[in-house]
Amino acid sequence: MSRKVHVQTQINGENVEFLCEPRQSMLEVLRNELDLTGAKEGCNNGNCGACTIIVEGRPVNSCCMLGVEAEGKEIQTIEGVATPEGLHPLQQKFLEHAALQCGICTPGFIMNAKVLLETNPNPTEEEVRFWLAGNLCRCTGYDKIIRAVLDTTETTGVSTNG
Amino acid sequence: MADGNGYKVVGTRPIRHDGVDKVTGRAKYGADLNFPDMLFGKILRSPHAHAKIVSIDVSRALAHPGVKDIVTSKDLPILSENILAEDKVFYKGHAIVGLAAVDVHTAEEALSLIDIEYEVLPAVTDVAKAIREDSVVLHQSLTTNTLGEKTGKPTNISSHVRHQNGDVEAGFAEADVVVERTFTTQTVHQGYIEPITATAKYNPDGELTVWTSTQGAFNVRQQVAGILDCPASKVRVVPLEIGGGFGGKTTVYVAPVAALLAMRTGQIVKVTMTRDEVFEGTGPAPATLIRLKMGATKDGRITAADTDLFYEGGAYPGSAVGAGANCMFAAYKIPNLMIDGFDVVVNKPSSHAYRAPGAPNSSFAAECVIDEICQKLDLDPLEFRMINGAKEGDRNPIGPRHGKIGYLETVEAAQTHDHYQVEVGNGKLRGRGVASGYWGNGAGRSSVNLTVNQDGTIMLLEGSTDIGGTRASIAMQAAEVLGIAAEDVRPAVVDTNSIGETGVTGGSRTTHATGLVAIRAAESVIEQMKEKLADHWEVNLNQVDFADGTFLNSDNQISFKEAARICSPVVGSVTESTTGAGGAFGTHVVDVEVDEDTGKVEVLRYTAVQDVGTAIHPSYAEGQIQGGAVQGIGWALSEEYVYDQKGQMVNASFLDYRMPTSYDTPMVDTVMVEVPNPGHPFGVRGVGEVPLVPPLAAIANAVSRAIGVRMTHLPMNPGSVLKALNKI
Ligand code: FES
Ligand code: FES
Repeated sequence: MSRKVHVQTQINGENVEFLCEPRQSMLEVLRNELDLTGAKEGCNNGNCGACTIIVEGRPVNSCCMLGVEAEGKEIQTIEGVATPEGLHPLQQKFLEHAALQCGICTPGFIMNAKVLLETNPNPTEEEVRFWLAGNLCRCTGYDKIIRAVLDTTETTGVSTNG
Repeated sequence: MADGNGYKVVGTRPIRHDGVDKVTGRAKYGADLNFPDMLFGKILRSPHAHAKIVSIDVSRALAHPGVKDIVTSKDLPILSENILAEDKVFYKGHAIVGLAAVDVHTAEEALSLIDIEYEVLPAVTDVAKAIREDSVVLHQSLTTNTLGEKTGKPTNISSHVRHQNGDVEAGFAEADVVVERTFTTQTVHQGYIEPITATAKYNPDGELTVWTSTQGAFNVRQQVAGILDCPASKVRVVPLEIGGGFGGKTTVYVAPVAALLAMRTGQIVKVTMTRDEVFEGTGPAPATLIRLKMGATKDGRITAADTDLFYEGGAYPGSAVGAGANCMFAAYKIPNLMIDGFDVVVNKPSSHAYRAPGAPNSSFAAECVIDEICQKLDLDPLEFRMINGAKEGDRNPIGPRHGKIGYLETVEAAQTHDHYQVEVGNGKLRGRGVASGYWGNGAGRSSVNLTVNQDGTIMLLEGSTDIGGTRASIAMQAAEVLGIAAEDVRPAVVDTNSIGETGVTGGSRTTHATGLVAIRAAESVIEQMKEKLADHWEVNLNQVDFADGTFLNSDNQISFKEAARICSPVVGSVTESTTGAGGAFGTHVVDVEVDEDTGKVEVLRYTAVQDVGTAIHPSYAEGQIQGGAVQGIGWALSEEYVYDQKGQMVNASFLDYRMPTSYDTPMVDTVMVEVPNPGHPFGVRGVGEVPLVPPLAAIANAVSRAIGVRMTHLPMNPGSVLKALNKI
């Protein structure tokens, strides 16, 4: 066991301090040290996107980031997306479109889609599919996820299925 | 009213009850529980595909700071070789040693300090080689059980079953066209995104608690109690949210090890697999080798079929060859038929259920041969299915007569769909494929407990874990009976101490069976409330009626909610071994384009038609169909376990295994045909498994037609397509 490092960071608008070993991933820190288990581990090597968080406005696979790299950064996790006033529009659209079955991939999709819509408020279906290609979903076949994201944009290009 | 079918709740699309927790990251999945002082378990797995274990020395690992305990198969009260191997390992990834340490990194370090001496044996990882006389034999004790008799000779063929009717030779003699082909499919994984995990706590009074994500909490209880040799009543299994399963989470892998370590250390122990452990150490769907010969007359009538099915059981017997045989021709009338099914062991993980287990493989062969016959006869493939397709009263060629089924309705709906009407387009290598598929669906044991709150809302407890929206579909059925809104029924999945026995969420049984029990429980609630109201109104019981959510007699009329205030407390509790599952069919249409330079197949358009009986929550029924179709796209085009010469899987990661991403797939248009199942009050049929049956053949037929070469091997990845095009 190596010596722990003191890290100061900001998570979901709050100043947070934690101790972690240099070898611990940010995902491990979130889940095991801070008990923020909304980010999920599907692969632990950057292949599934279930662990997606937002670091300095960019989507990051937290399993591929070290906990110590959080020092001085501004981080958002799925736990900070809804407000006391209600759900984020993406969350609402995911529910309305039944864009989740088991739901294990959902936090990652919402975090990644959130950055997409912040950088490109009116993506095409092709752009949404390309942006989200790093997030695996094994249950839905993506159809309803893509529709939920498109329906969150200002122009709704696709009608619901059925 | 939904869809004009007379229902108020059934057929609507309410927001699922567990939805907010799942979109906010608050829902607790299998690996999300943390306890102070919790230990982390890890499992040492075989690096060899086939080896004798000469010795195991854990002394260095045990001395490693932070390591708390180490167990091997000797420590299991009842030996279970796939949980911890005894003296031989049968596949790379076979579990051998379990250990617990203060954190996951320490546990991983300790794994590398365990010394195991192996005597490496030659391995066989290909069913075609494993059935040869000169093959390496896995289990000396295995002698073929052929048609009910033991041959007495060690072999890798663990069983041979035969289904026969009519006279196949006469049938082929009658045929104008006969097609014979051999098909191969590779090992594929369910690919659930949440790895296998279990957390266990043992109290000094002998109470064991297991938190896990599973398709069946009662199965986990039974298996853990069995392996640890303790009464089931001492084991409480708490099902957490489950991140996908598709059949893969209907058994245990790490739970008994976590429990054993918890018993011995007295501390809570969590064991979670890594992704490569999931690929290498859990049960995938079998690779298969299938030979099929089929004949038909000029006018498109099937006269005979003769097939040999070889399914890999993996390290131990038990492939889904039986179900494969049962589903293979269920959609058709075939007068003369011979099926020989073989279960074959190979040095791969012990195969396990994957969505319609066995059926996609056999249907791939059947539906591809049918397509080739159609090409030879210049017949429209859907028309061919109208000629040969089964309807109510026809016999599944190897099973009982079909009850009320909607197969032909799916074919008709595909024929008239806009997708089938427009040209596939030309100028490129494009093709359209169709295929059908069947799954029998299950019923079985389910339990539901309904508590009426004073405000007229309902707490619904159930034992069925919710893998894709069944809290909603079951609550909706209770709401329909009670005449209240779906939102007024609050469903909860509870632990094995809190509800009657319930089978797995599998076999496409949950919305049917647990739904049926919820209906019975709601009916019990109504009866009890009628009795209480009869007392309250001082009338005879038979003078109180309930209709449209209202209790009434000649003088009174009150809503369910008002009645609840008067009648509370009321609990309706039902546990039942249900029957009446209705088999279901799907027919898929797919257009593909093949890049002749790279061999890449692009799916341009996909339409999936399915008889769902009655869709309780149409969005989640559609979702099942879409998800199944896309798993099928993966199976058809990209997914496979790749093995090297030594029997080592070389692609045990998501990146290399290649499941479809959002960028690889089109929208999946679904058409739900509703032919109600008479075995369920609302007509529910299982939905989840059928949609993985047709895609393999539908896509293979599309590719075959696009390139003019019959594709008989999956996956049709760029390499195999280029080979078919004679480009490499
Ligand atoms: S867990 Fe990080 S990408 Fe899969
Ligand atoms: S909903 Fe299960 S993996 Fe996406």
